[in-house]
Amino acid sequence: MANWCMVIDLEKCVACQACSVACRMENNTPVVSPEEAKNGRAIRWNDVFPLPVHIAPEQGEYPNVKTHYATRPCMHCENAPCVKTCPVQATYIDEEGIVRQNYDRCIGCRFCTVSCPYGVRYFNWYAPQWEGTLENHLNPDELSVNGSLEGPAVRPVGVVEKCTYCVHRLVKARERAAAEGREFRADEYVPACVQTCTGKARYFGDLDDPDSTVSQLSKSLRATHLLEDSGAHPKTLYLAEG
Amino acid sequence: MQPILTAQDRENLVSPLFKFDRQFWMTIAVLSVITLPGLALYVRQLFLGLGVTDLNRPVFWGAYLVNFIFLIGISMAGTVISAVLHLLHIEWRRPITRIAESLTVFGLMTAGLQIIMDMGRPDRLLNTLIYGRLQAPLMWDIASLTLYLLTASFALYLQLLPDIAFMRDSTPDNAPTWRKKLYSTLSLGWRGNKEQWARLEKAITAVSVILIPIGVSLHTVTSWLFSTTVQPGWKSTILGPYFVVGAIYSGIGLLFIAVTFATQYNHHLKGYITDTFYKNLGWIFIVMSFVWFYFTLNETLVVTTEQETLEFPVMAAKLFGEFAPAFWGMNVLMVATTWILIALKLPNKARSNPLFKTTTGLVMTALAVVTFIALALNIPALHASLVKTVLLGAFIVFFILALLGLTGWFQAHLIPSTVIASAFVLFGMWLERWNILMPTLTHARIIPYTTYFPTVTEVALTISTFGILTLIFVVFYKFFPSISIWEVEAGRALEQKNGG
Repeated sequence: MANWCMVIDLEKCVACQACSVACRMENNTPVVSPEEAKNGRAIRWNDVFPLPVHIAPEQGEYPNVKTHYATRPCMHCENAPCVKTCPVQATYIDEEGIVRQNYDRCIGCRFCTVSCPYGVRYFNWYAPQWEGTLENHLNPDELSVNGSLEGPAVRPVGVVEKCTYCVHRLVKARERAAAEGREFRADEYVPACVQTCTGKARYFGDLDDPDSTVSQLSKSLRATHLLEDSGAHPKTLYLAEG
Repeated sequence: MQPILTAQDRENLVSPLFKFDRQFWMTIAVLSVITLPGLALYVRQLFLGLGVTDLNRPVFWGAYLVNFIFLIGISMAGTVISAVLHLLHIEWRRPITRIAESLTVFGLMTAGLQIIMDMGRPDRLLNTLIYGRLQAPLMWDIASLTLYLLTASFALYLQLLPDIAFMRDSTPDNAPTWRKKLYSTLSLGWRGNKEQWARLEKAITAVSVILIPIGVSLHTVTSWLFSTTVQPGWKSTILGPYFVVGAIYSGIGLLFIAVTFATQYNHHLKGYITDTFYKNLGWIFIVMSFVWFYFTLNETLVVTTEQETLEFPVMAAKLFGEFAPAFWGMNVLMVATTWILIALKLPNKARSNPLFKTTTGLVMTALAVVTFIALALNIPALHASLVKTVLLGAFIVFFILALLGLTGWFQAHLIPSTVIASAFVLFGMWLERWNILMPTLTHARIIPYTTYFPTVTEVALTISTFGILTLIFVVFYKFFPSISIWEVEAGRALEQKNGG
């Protein structure tokens, strides 16, 4: 079984937010009003944010100013705090290392959102809505596992949702390979953010395959994790700047 | 030998239960008016979603969870009073065991409501039974709460049994038939013979023994909801015992208020619940207050001294930041409580010094409140450090003078002073829970710091919760005597035996 992993090269990332937009269109994440977004209600599975977070992002003196940015999908932790605290197993790690969410089972207690050190889990405070014609351009894909919704189809109010490494794309790629009567290859599956990345700063693949790009990159001296000390064993890798 | 229960007792304790007078209906009406807006807003929340609260990312939990911990806390009263004091054979517990045990049951019922209010999908509540993971802290809490509620209800029922039989035998003839039927069914054929008493005594002792660890487990597990996560401010081993201590502390506070409310409601009860109860439980209250300070000091001092990069911003928000009014307000309330309780134990001397005049005390209280509000509002004009220092110094002087000035009044008014102290503890403990949850939630690690302030819905639902708690209390004690008649009887019998 593969162990899917994403690598984000912060040296190459230009913080264009194309990944955020691609993620939104691929996964049908609802849009909220600016006021709601200001109140911390925005749902951005793939957020681009300035680093460090708690002090003014600009560093240095004019004109020698530098700002650092990072992008934040789910870390798909190997010791995921969200999975450990979910009372109903609505979130779980599948055999391919992806932390998934069962939207039909989630009771909306928000224990996972509180225990996630990365803040990559989002709650549907209101029923999802889209402005104007956006509603006509939703991704029609729908992933159901044993009759429970897990894929990009619109989620109901009151449940938690999160980045799934676009797991429905994996299912589709496997089905296509099966229909064409051939073996599925790991490079047939990439999440939308990786596919769209302007600076080609994102890599995706099987971490357990020693020949894959991600496993080569994971040996880089620049390879690091976000909040390495959180105890969650985050999997999504970053290649540090500089 | 005179009969232990007189006709007067019957008149005092049983007759009010069959009088649905104006006072009763007025109480019900007032409580309903308080409760209804919250219920209406809850229906709105059900239709719209939790967006009607001020919850956000990363403040995913708010007032409902604070209320939940608070209500779990006040439910501790029953366990401590009835079980511990029963096992220690402490006599003055007898008249108030009923109210204490019922507070546990009512507190837990309303605490359960908070969980449902806080759920994004209350319609999926049963998922916790169908798919429940026993490894999840929330499931421990649900299991512990259910077990505690069942055991406490059972304890309350056992303790009620002889009184239900007593009610069955002394129901007035004009009482409605359904009430007669209710008592005769619920009394389970209690005849009060020797064998039944022996069994009841054994059962009550057994349940008391079981109830104590279950109670401790619930408060500890509730703290584990927070301390098992990796969030700064919660990663603390002290949280479990701290919650247990806080629970006993606020539980006793609620018990004082409930008992006083009951005696005000039915004046005859004053003959049964005497000053002895206030004085003796006051000692336990003082001890708990010091234990609570000890834990608070441990929790605060260690984190402040080590200044660890993740933990300290959370603590700093409490000590100097936006949570300072709540944190220091809590401490001021607890200091005031402790002084009131100690003052009640000091010898009452006539003092001629004007410092000890009640009027001085009241003026100083007003000044202390004004300076505290000035400090809490954090007005930019007062930001100069000298002004702040002067204000702080003035507050401390006013506060000490207020406590000294009112000492004489406290000593002359045992029951009102105890109720004031209890109210301070309840409010202070609510703030304590707020101070545990909110600074951590608003200071997430890699999400910008945010704020949270409860919306109208959350405030109204909080008021509703306490309205419902009081409603259950009032209605329950329209059907069952609020003091344990048979325990009073047993106490008197013991006195007669010892006296004779």
